[in-house]
Amino acid sequence: MTSWLSPEDWQALALSLRVAFLSVVFSLPVALALAWVLSRKRFLGRTLVEALLFLPLILPPVVTGYALLALLGRNAPVGRMLADIGIVFAFRWTGAVIAAAVMGFPLLVLSIRVAFDGVDRRLEAAAETLGAGAWRRFATITLPLSLRGLAAGCVLAFARAFGEFGATISFVSNIPGETRTLPIAIYELLNVPGGMPGVQRLSLVALFVALAAAASATLIAGGVLRRGSANE
Amino acid sequence: MRHAFADLDLDVAFRADARTLALFGDSGAGKTSILNAIAGLLKPERGRIALDDRVLFDSEKRIDVPVNERRVGYVFQDGRLFPHLDVRANLLYGARARREHARTDFDAVVTLLELAPLLRRTPSNLSGGERQRVAIGRALLAQPGALLLDEPLTGLHFEARRQVLEHLRRLKRELRVFTLLVTHHADEVAALADEVVLLAAGQVAGRLARDDFVARYLAAAPETAV
Repeated sequence: MTSWLSPEDWQALALSLRVAFLSVVFSLPVALALAWVLSRKRFLGRTLVEALLFLPLILPPVVTGYALLALLGRNAPVGRMLADIGIVFAFRWTGAVIAAAVMGFPLLVLSIRVAFDGVDRRLEAAAETLGAGAWRRFATITLPLSLRGLAAGCVLAFARAFGEFGATISFVSNIPGETRTLPIAIYELLNVPGGMPGVQRLSLVALFVALAAAASATLIAGGVLRRGSANE
Repeated sequence: MRHAFADLDLDVAFRADARTLALFGDSGAGKTSILNAIAGLLKPERGRIALDDRVLFDSEKRIDVPVNERRVGYVFQDGRLFPHLDVRANLLYGARARREHARTDFDAVVTLLELAPLLRRTPSNLSGGERQRVAIGRALLAQPGALLLDEPLTGLHFEARRQVLEHLRRLKRELRVFTLLVTHHADEVAALADEVVLLAAGQVAGRLARDDFVARYLAAAPETAV
């Protein structure tokens, strides 16, 4: 295996795994909060929030990448402010994390929201009569009983982030060792004479990761890997 | 208190002087709604709810104590045990939520309700009667000022019903917690209640002492209440 993939291949794979993992880790708190609000609360503007949530799934990814550039690029309003305090995302691997997080966010929120919807609210009411405040009910009842859906959502978001291309290449470009993720490496090899063997190698790796993620998500959602029991 | 539902106008007023008060009436009379209002799970349109000197709800004075601060132990008709926690964790949930050492000793409740063999089981591995006993124990260990029992024996087969009833009698003997029992079974009232409020179509239809209730509703010789 070590000779089958070149050092550049390993670099791209490692970067993709790191980017995908971190994109889920940093998205998760926001996704949990938004999913809870959408599951439990009725408020003015809810439809607009749900529509905005779907945008990364519907917009061409390259448009999402352009939007990130317009907001967080070095010469963009927010990007300039962040650069003043030493935080730069454009053309950095951290920007790839942002792009991947944005693209995976809708899947994460939707999965978690479905999981929250599935928690019997009568159990939360019972916990409330036993003296549990809102945070305690969330931590001891809602979260444990939705862990399976949450885990499946994380796996799906990870897989989406791993395969992210359009937004990433628009926002952070293709810089070997910095932003050259696996999908970008495959695209680059497609445009290089004699690059087909590399395309095939990396495509197999991508296929393996995608299959592993899909199988994990299916197993978790199907309850084979017991993380949280279903409601009574 | 008053509250309008789609199919019922609830308008009740009563005071509990007895240690165990039963709300007796047919399904749909509003019994569970009264318990929900006392627990804070239902906000009446108008009215006043007080437990001893504590006002839990007063529509005129705009008092509405949050559910988790009302200190009522609610035993739901469907049990509502937490499926991801074992029996021990279910029992201690309320005591931990309130961060206090249970005055009503854990061991005493476990002994009274014969829960010791069940402590490591999860609710999915309990029978109906066992689930109800755990639900009662959980409510008691949360140190309630009042215990609300919503049809505690409904859905249980004969033997389980007999056992849970016996446990409730024992609890009444051993513990001094005001209990509000909701039921449409006269024998439960006879076994547990000191006084009975009759409900019909959302209204209080009468009030009887236990013996008078037995004379009116039970044809057989009454069981001696404990």
